[in-house]
Parts: sequence; C-alpha cells; structure tokens
Amino acid sequence: MTLLTLSDLLVLLRECAGEEESVDLGGDVEDVPFDALGYDSLALLNTVGRIERDHGIRLGDGAVEKATTPRALLEMTNAALTGASASAGGGAARDK
Amino acid sequence: MTAELGRTPETGTGRPGGSLRPVVTGLGVVTPIGLGTERYWAATLRGDSGIGRITRFDPSGYTSSLAGEITDFDPARLPNRLLPQTDLMTRLALAAAQEALDDAGTDPRTMPDFAAGVVTAASAGGFDFGQRELEALWSKGGAHVSAYQSFAWFYPVNSGQISIRHGMRGPSGALVAEQAGGLDAVAKARRHIRDGTPLMLTGGVDGSLCPWGWLCMTRSGGLTTRTDPRRAYLPFSPDASGYVPGEGGALLVLEDPRAAAERAAPRIYGQIAGCASTFDPRPGSGREPGLRRALRLALDDAGIGPADVDVVFADAMGIPALDAAETQALAAEFGPCGVPVTAPKTMTGRLLAGGASLDLAAALLSLRDQVIPPTVHVDGGDARDALDLVVGGPRPARLRHALVLARGRGGFNSAMVVRGRD
Repeated sequence: MTLLTLSDLLVLLRECAGEEESVDLGGDVEDVPFDALGYDSLALLNTVGRIERDHGIRLGDGAVEKATTPRALLEMTNAALTGASASAGGGAARDK
Repeated sequence: MTAELGRTPETGTGRPGGSLRPVVTGLGVVTPIGLGTERYWAATLRGDSGIGRITRFDPSGYTSSLAGEITDFDPARLPNRLLPQTDLMTRLALAAAQEALDDAGTDPRTMPDFAAGVVTAASAGGFDFGQRELEALWSKGGAHVSAYQSFAWFYPVNSGQISIRHGMRGPSGALVAEQAGGLDAVAKARRHIRDGTPLMLTGGVDGSLCPWGWLCMTRSGGLTTRTDPRRAYLPFSPDASGYVPGEGGALLVLEDPRAAAERAAPRIYGQIAGCASTFDPRPGSGREPGLRRALRLALDDAGIGPADVDVVFADAMGIPALDAAETQALAAEFGPCGVPVTAPKTMTGRLLAGGASLDLAAALLSLRDQVIPPTVHVDGGDARDALDLVVGGPRPARLRHALVLARGRGGFNSAMVVRGRD
C-alpha cells in the first residue's frame, strides 16, 4: 500500500487551492501552519475532499480544524490509509 | 438646513453638502473590444466591434449564437491562489478592480480599517463556475464538487473577492437589477460616501457565457436570433431584432472630494452629479414607463435642466417597442433631436450588469477628451426626426454633463449624470 507523501500533498494543494506567490512550497514546510502557507479553511476543505476521493477514505468533518500543518494532515491521512487497508485486508485502499 | 459632518441630504441640490458629490478618481475596464481603459477607449473611438459567433462553447442548437466575448484575458495576471476559486467573470472583475485602484494611485490596505468599501452590480453571479460544479455533481457525484462553489456562484462574489484581495472592509454589497444595476451600484456607493466612507470601489463586471447562462438568456426573449454580427444589434433602427449580450464592464473608484484632495489623487475624471432609479408601472396599466421619470429625477438631483446635458448614453435595448419608449422619453425631455445620443454598447453587446457601468466610464472619458464615441452598425437615418444619434465616427463636442440611461429586465430604470471638471 502506498502512503501519502509530502510531495503528493503539495501537488494536491496546488491543484485544489493554488499556490501563494510569497510562499516557497519547495522549502521545509512540513511543520509550517497552513495559515502561514496561505491556505485557509476552504482551501483545506477542498484538499481534504480530494484526498478522501482519491483514496477512498474518510477523514471526518473535523479534519480541517485538527490538521493545522502538512505533517498533521499527512499523519491523519496515512493513519486512515493504514486503518482502511488493515480493516479491509489490504484490498480496499486504492494503490496510487 | 445644515448637513452634519459626513452626511448630506439625499438630494444635494443647492445645499451646503452639495460638495460631497463624489468624484471618480480611477477606472478599470474589461471589454470585448479591449482590456484596460485606454485600449477600450481607443477601440471605441475607432468603432471596433467585439461581436461574433460564440467560441467558448458550441452555440449551435441554441436560438441565438452571437455575443461579445472577451478572448484575450490572461488569468496568469491574477494570484495563483485565486484561480481555483474563480470563473472568468470574477477574474475579469479582479483585474478591473486592480486597474481602477492603480489608476487612482491608491492602495486600500494602507488606509484605516473600514475606510474603503466595495459595491458591485450582478445579474446571475458566477454561472460559469456553477455550471462546472453542477456538471461535476451530475456526472461524478458530490465528492467532486469544489468547496469554492459555496461562494463562487453567488451574486456578491465579485464584491467579496475584491474586498478580500484589497483589504476593503468598509460598507460592501451587491445589487441585482439586471442592466440598471450597473448604475444602481454606483448610486449606492455614493450613499456610502455621503455617510462618511472616504473611498468606494463600484460598478459592474458581468458575464455568463456558458451553456447554462446562455440558455437562461436566450429564453428571456430579448436576444436577436440573427447570425450576421453587423446586422444583429441595431438599436433605434426599424430593422432592430433584439440585442446581443456580452461580458465585461467597468469598475470605478469613487471618493469624497475632500479625501481625494487631501491625498492629492493623481486624476479626477468627473463627479457623480446626480442619479435616480424608478420602477415601471404594472404591465398593462397603460401608464408611462419609468425611464423618463428616472431621467428627470436624476437631472433634479444634479441641479441641472435638460439644456445643460451635452450627451446621452442611451440604454439602446435594440427591441423596437423599448427603443421607441426611450426615444419618446428623450424627445419629451430634450425636444426632438435636442441632444446628441450615442450607444457605444453596439460594439460590445449589452454586458448584463456591467454594461451601464461601462457606459459611465465611457461618459467620463468623453468628458475628459471632449469627444462623443459613435454608435456602430446603424446609420441613424430612420430615427433622424426624433433622435440625434452619433454615427459614422466620433463627434468632437463641448461636454460638461453626460447622462447615462439604463434599463433592466423586469421594470428597472436608472439614470445618472456625470459632470466633467471645469
């Protein structure tokens, strides 16, 4: 099973919500709050929706509030991917 | 009667507060014949036409196929973050807002909180955005609908996006009165300035050239079904067959004259001297339409008479009965051929809620350059007994006051008087 990486997440963020010109997403951004990266709650809602859709998982309505950094969102996503994979015998989560 | 500080009676005529009539210090223009004020104005004086067969989608299968499309807008002009949350209409509005503020030499982010607001006109909101998301919903399911649908389809989307981008947290809103909204928004912005807000960005940029928007427009019954762009939108002609819609419009920076003077605004195009809006009587009542009353009330509000008006930018619907009503209203107030009349919108099509704002911009540019832009595709000959229509090229003239008229489907009438600098 493939887990979501930081570079995967950055691609999705760019596609779903664009990219703030003054922010270098190529830098060390894993622990930078989404606010500081230029992403507001709707930007995250769009991105979380996309992750859920692409991977066939549910992160729940609170995901946007709880995941305040890329690292937090990746951990949440990968926990769900691992859980979905385990509970469905490894077959449910779609491989990327 | 004395006006309180920052407030003035609704009619400023002859009263001490009259100097609070706001001035226009910046223009931003997006049209099918040119992006940017000066490009638009040069194209208008040349008599260019932006009307053609729709290219954005295949219009065959619809009763109408001609529109004034904007085909040369580069979305890369906007911050990348705004692209997933906007459609063309809102992108055009953001571009016009930036141009207007730059033209005025001001940045609302440097002003005190609530010192600048945004009021725009809309007719359908972000139909284009909404169509994409409805397609996603229908073909792929709810999980594919963008979170930005929550606001991107909405009537005040342009006001909201402009307000956020430029930090304009003062009085804001949107007006929906079809074509008349392009003046009504400016009238509302003027009231906010009278109430003490130093700067307002206002006007309209509109357009919904997508299948959903087109279906709604073609069913309205006002559009021409002709296919020859030169014979399609012919206001004040016996050959009139309806109008051609388009996309675009104009945004204006309105300022309290004292605020503009204090910051030494780089230019003043003119003053919003008077305005009025009326509503038509119930259909079938036999009573006179409200356009003439709006016109007269706007002149009263400006404290001038018909003889002071040097040019009229007509609503020019292109529907024979409505053209006749406008001709009658003008002849009744000004006398037959009593004032030059023009309709540069024959070059762009009627831009929904953006059209009257664009006419307002054109009127201010006419005052600046002392020249009246032409009406194209018509020769004016058939209306010559009643209407002095400016055709065949721009007409130099001494211009101090211009009157802009606008009617919106459903009975809306608005009139606005702009006054040039002495």
